[in-house]
Amino acid sequence: MKDIFTIYKREMASYFNQLTAYISIFIFLIFVMIMTFAVAQFMRVGDASLQYTFFYWHPLVYVLLVPIVGMRMWSDEHRSNTIELLGTFPISTWSVILGKYLAAATVWLVALALTFPIWITTNYLGDPDNFVIFSGYLGSFLVCLSFLAITSLVSSFTKDQVVTLVISSFVCFLLFLIGFDQVARWVQTIFGDEASEIFTSTGIWDHFRSLNVGNFRLQDFVWFATVILVSLLGTNFILNSKRA
Amino acid sequence: MIEVNNLCKSFGSKVAVDDLSFKVKKGEVLGFLGPNGAGKSTTMRMVTGYFPPTSGEVSICDINMRTHPEQAKAKIGYLPESAPLYDDMSVKGFLKFTAGIRGLAGSDQKDAVERAIETCFLQKVAYQSIDTLSKGYRHRTCLAQSLLHDPEVLILDEPTDGLDPNQKYEVRELIKRLGESKTILFSTHILEEVEASCTRAVIVDQGRIVADGTPEELRNQSGKDSLQELFRQVTTLDTAA
Ligand SMILES: Nc1ncnc2c1ncn2[C@@H]1O[C@H](COP(=O)(O)OP(=O)(O)OP(=O)(O)O)[C@@H](O)[C@H]1O
Ligand SMILES: [Mg+2]
Repeated sequence: MKDIFTIYKREMASYFNQLTAYISIFIFLIFVMIMTFAVAQFMRVGDASLQYTFFYWHPLVYVLLVPIVGMRMWSDEHRSNTIELLGTFPISTWSVILGKYLAAATVWLVALALTFPIWITTNYLGDPDNFVIFSGYLGSFLVCLSFLAITSLVSSFTKDQVVTLVISSFVCFLLFLIGFDQVARWVQTIFGDEASEIFTSTGIWDHFRSLNVGNFRLQDFVWFATVILVSLLGTNFILNSKRA
Repeated sequence: MIEVNNLCKSFGSKVAVDDLSFKVKKGEVLGFLGPNGAGKSTTMRMVTGYFPPTSGEVSICDINMRTHPEQAKAKIGYLPESAPLYDDMSVKGFLKFTAGIRGLAGSDQKDAVERAIETCFLQKVAYQSIDTLSKGYRHRTCLAQSLLHDPEVLILDEPTDGLDPNQKYEVRELIKRLGESKTILFSTHILEEVEASCTRAVIVDQGRIVADGTPEELRNQSGKDSLQELFRQVTTLDTAA
């Protein structure tokens, strides 16, 4: 537990010593604002639950930005060989994996927290269901956590950060695409309803949308937990077998 | 104490370490010699628990590395060959971080960091960012990291690599001084270093020990009273292999 915190502190300092975290947060905020106010016309539509105007765009932004923040997670350790220090410290690989993962997750928690003006605005303009908004935030953060876990897994393979970025983004984009409305409809016309339903539920979109509208379905949490757990277990497996 | 029994390591079909056994007792400084690619660093990586051996056992102060890795690793201070560091930290920040990992906190941590900075002459660069350090200072920072928790066992892979003559001298003296109360295993390509600070030396070639003894015994073994001569006799030339 203490080891996790020591690693976490170092990672946090490193994120906020470098520009990547600031830039990613900044781009995220700008992009989300533009989408909400200009493209989706939040003011005119008056979407008090924020589900179409605000949260709708998050997964797409995360597809690129989450891997950018996470790409140095293990790639940098391989490149600078500090993995050899970590491997000979009297701590378990799990403490390092979790410390690093939680630090990257904190960066995104900060990014999401900084969107609070939108929440204040909706409350000022109308009378939204704050439970649904909270559920939307939760869904958005879970997408973040899933993408981060995938980035962690990919970065454990290679010392090349660019390779990590490209592959993680690609995998996240696939997860996003499966079950996206248009794709789902296309699958439905070719393979029928049942196939489409199964197909859709393997992607991230279905689970994200369900939390967006305030549905706390067990299957959504199971899905997110599975993706995160499998990716982190995979990270542990790759790191250990790389050393063997 | 370091005890290594029948250690083997192969990478694919390539055998890097071939049935190596040795023992270093408390108060001993063992010099690890051998040509490039002999398997010195590979052996050290297994002794420090960075990767597991293909076969064989390592134990540190009677703690088995395979069954109790965390307890065994806690006894070791290790300087890897490439002196890896986190470039985004300051020297002091990095030492504090490693002290934290070693379970030192509060005033213990502060004292340990100060002591390591003094021992490795890092006062001048204590607040400098690591990515702007010169090669020698990087090496010394990583050496400082290995001394922080006052470990019983020190494993140093080419500790004087890249240091200036004054610092080389200081590090040799340091090894000799620490060797009185600790167990030290260090590798080097500088034969004078062996005579200067080792109580015993082994020469490794192609993953096997080909000579073992005190510096004096080794010199006598050569027949010409020179380590250099023995080294040439027992190791294979790259060109011949
Ligand atoms: N990860 C690895 N994968 C494949 N081969 C490796 C790996 N690490 C080391 N080797 C091989 O094992 C052999 C021993 O390497 P090692 O680094 O232990 O040599 P060394 O004695 O430390 O040499 P030097 O004096 O140059 O530091 C070399 O032939 C090297 O190519
Ligand atoms: Mg070496």
